[in-house]
Amino acid sequence: MAKTARSPKPSSPARPSRSSSRSARSAKDDRSYDAIVIGGGHNGMVNGAYLAKAGLRTLILERRHLVGGAAITEELRPGFNFTTFSYALSLLRPDIVHDLELTKHGFMPILMPSTFCPTEDGDYLLMGQDHAENQKSIARFSKRDADAYDAFNHDVNKVLQAIKPLLDQAPPDIFSDDPEELVALAALGQRFRSLDRKVLHDAVRLLTGSAADFLDDYFESAILKGYMASSAIIGTKVGPYSQGSGLVLLYHLLGEIDGEFGAWAFHKGGNGGFTQVLARATRAMGAEIRLESPVASVVTTNGRATGVALSDGSEYDAPIVVSALDPRRTFLELVDPLELPGDLVETIRRFRFQGTSSKVNFALDGIPRYPALGDRTDQYRGFTNIGPSMEYLERAFDEGKYGWYSSRPYLDCAIQSMVDPDMAPPGKAVMSCFTHYTPYKLRESDWDTERQNLGDTVQRTLESFFPGFSDLVLQREVVTPLDIERVVGLSEGNIFAGEFLAPQMYFFRPAPGWSQYRTPIDGYYQCGSGTHPGGCVTGGPGKLAAQRILRDRERAAGRA
Amino acid sequence: MIRTTPFHPRTSVLNETGLWEHWANHLAATKYQMSEKFEYFAVRNAAGLFDTSPLFKYRIHGPDAERYLSGVLVRDIRTCAPGRAQYTLWCDDRGFVVEDGVVLRPARDEFLLTTAEPNLAWFEDLRGRHDVRIDEVSDEWAVLAVQGPYARDILVRLAPEVATLGYFGVTAATMARVPVLVSRTGYTGDLGYELWIPAADAIAVWDAVWEASRGRGVMPIGLTALYMTRIEAGLLLLDVDFHSSRFAWTDADRSTPVELGYGWMFRDIATTDRAFVGREAMRREIAQRTSRWKLTGLVVDWRAFDRVHEAAGLIPPKDHTPIGEEYYVYDDELGQIGYATSLMYSPMLQRHIALARVPLDRTTPGSRVKLELAVSHRYEYVDASVAKLPLFDPPRRTA
Repeated sequence: MAKTARSPKPSSPARPSRSSSRSARSAKDDRSYDAIVIGGGHNGMVNGAYLAKAGLRTLILERRHLVGGAAITEELRPGFNFTTFSYALSLLRPDIVHDLELTKHGFMPILMPSTFCPTEDGDYLLMGQDHAENQKSIARFSKRDADAYDAFNHDVNKVLQAIKPLLDQAPPDIFSDDPEELVALAALGQRFRSLDRKVLHDAVRLLTGSAADFLDDYFESAILKGYMASSAIIGTKVGPYSQGSGLVLLYHLLGEIDGEFGAWAFHKGGNGGFTQVLARATRAMGAEIRLESPVASVVTTNGRATGVALSDGSEYDAPIVVSALDPRRTFLELVDPLELPGDLVETIRRFRFQGTSSKVNFALDGIPRYPALGDRTDQYRGFTNIGPSMEYLERAFDEGKYGWYSSRPYLDCAIQSMVDPDMAPPGKAVMSCFTHYTPYKLRESDWDTERQNLGDTVQRTLESFFPGFSDLVLQREVVTPLDIERVVGLSEGNIFAGEFLAPQMYFFRPAPGWSQYRTPIDGYYQCGSGTHPGGCVTGGPGKLAAQRILRDRERAAGRA
Repeated sequence: MIRTTPFHPRTSVLNETGLWEHWANHLAATKYQMSEKFEYFAVRNAAGLFDTSPLFKYRIHGPDAERYLSGVLVRDIRTCAPGRAQYTLWCDDRGFVVEDGVVLRPARDEFLLTTAEPNLAWFEDLRGRHDVRIDEVSDEWAVLAVQGPYARDILVRLAPEVATLGYFGVTAATMARVPVLVSRTGYTGDLGYELWIPAADAIAVWDAVWEASRGRGVMPIGLTALYMTRIEAGLLLLDVDFHSSRFAWTDADRSTPVELGYGWMFRDIATTDRAFVGREAMRREIAQRTSRWKLTGLVVDWRAFDRVHEAAGLIPPKDHTPIGEEYYVYDDELGQIGYATSLMYSPMLQRHIALARVPLDRTTPGSRVKLELAVSHRYEYVDASVAKLPLFDPPRRTA
């Protein structure tokens, strides 16, 4: 049975305080849990919520003063709320919304209805919710591309339909002789065998090839390809012409809002608004969240995890310890690598982080104007994509490749107060600019030196598309990969907790043989974005890890 | 000839889609811009402006107005003090619903009733010897609904009285130097108000509201967004969720207030002696438990919905556009036990929802039924559970 006798599911999230004399629990019990999750990012909370829902007395320990990890919203200027890091929602697994009853706690994914793509010569492509309007917009650049766009979407949606179930299942362990794993592997093979040949071929082309090759098969217009290829580079050190960018494109298109593939939403209050909803749901499930509780190490006894030690020396006990941190921290920092097999340690040491993305967030005195649209501002209800061609993106990559930040970076912008007016005071605006490429390791400099120069570069780029932009800037926040690493704890500032490269995905995320959320240490699990399915606000790792933990418990109980 | 509302000079400029519907022989915008879902979120997260002028409106006034209405309307109008409003129904003498509407009581002997269809003959024929006048004043008033969490903040800037106006309260106010009535009513299930404006002054008030909303994400909303919100709110729509008993061919198309979930309107029927049209039939229905079904909310099991579509090779559609058609409700043995209307996918609830008539033994929230859906040209039966209305009910609605 899954529940332990000593840990009835609490009816209320409130727990007796340790000092309460009426508490029947001894001091030792107050430090004992069924499960401890290290890290209160979205995956840590999802994991803890599922464990608590299953009846485990669960403690989530967060180092910072707020939950959310890289999905937080901060009021950096009175009335102006910044999505410091992560800034939109699409890949969140729908079953999590239902299982954790998020709608009861304020879940509100507001559709971002458009993407505005300025061109370098002052024209623009605006893609919105009306299919026929989109066709005509595309036809302004290429009549051929209008129906090619439909063909592309149809072909890609077939691939997405085929791939999507993989996001919601742990990868089979291809190295295991366990009959269950062999069955799972056979089922996976069967699934691919049953696919249409073209769909399978398209899937392989996307999973292994470049976005440019795939897009070139359909399109001729530079702006459309720039727009599409932008999703192929986000967060990753690849250019649109790099092999491997197809995988990143596919991953981003796998996101869905209300059943629409590739659609994005802005959660009420930003992704920090989302993680606050998740925290309420997690507590309602009975999990306890402690802030400002940095974990120094996982405590092991005879090769088994038995608890955690905090930086202040205090300890909490639990037979299950789950790390929501990235693979480097999970395997090389929280535990002693000496306790791990050498090949795993070596794989994790080689695991590529190489964060390449930054954020530049602006508080604005008003809405920027785009000359071709006069005083109109409704084009900003969704994303504004500064990536007017694949060449623009690839040239931005060239600089990143050689250890410097792009002089004309790719920018994925959103004036978030256009979607959620509560993000800024009336008439004012906040604008989030995801900035690519900005490699973690700079050639002959460092980010503390270059931080404001990067901010200037981004602002200069925006000024070139939106004349007068700089006059609107009230405040600017520059978040480099180094800042992401320092503040969030993501190694080298990689927003996905590890690069989206084929050798680091699926069976191999984070390491061959360790893609099923376990670790070589009994009772020690991993549930961060460094595990399958990977980064973005998906909750998938947290959920799938919880399923693994609960099944292992059932099995252990069955044996006992 | 199709007509336009007093706000048309403004709404026609704002409607970028060119899509209009005909509502009571007036042009009513389907949506103003390409994403009706964005308009819907404006209501749930900021505020939406909806031109509700095409409603039929009746001024009922005179010394006997209250006594007359207490005999005509299902809900006791005597409990609606001056400065209040009520949602109410009126029935025939068999206890079947004729129509529903909101009645405002701006002063003791002054009532303003809205209806979806013409009802003057119905009300006049029931006047008897009462000293009451009923005037159709539909064209005299422009009505602007301001709905959503920002509604109060916006309107307070124009008329401070709004700050303290309670749920279903009515007050006279002046906006843009125009005398208006403000009622805390609406059709969205959210915090919201309706402004009753002399038609000739409609534009001045619209402009003032527009100016007060500037820079706050407020936008005009069309019928599609309105219908999305009203289904989440469990508010009924004539000729979709029920039909007027006056024009129904059979009793199968008629409903009683109890069946529609409005038994609470005359909870005191056994102990008070207020005579009103349909009273005896309703008393009998309650005493003898002859209600045939009850209208309730329905929430579709999302896993089951996804499964039947995926099995058919389709991507499960999550279409928020309300469907005004019937879907049949079954028990586990696939015997038909009811039907659903107003099916839609709710972005706020992340589920397909509907309003449904279910047997009396399935009205408990959580009761399981099966909903028949056409999937890839064949019927599939998908689990759904009965849920209490309203399905979406933010505290701000009444706070």
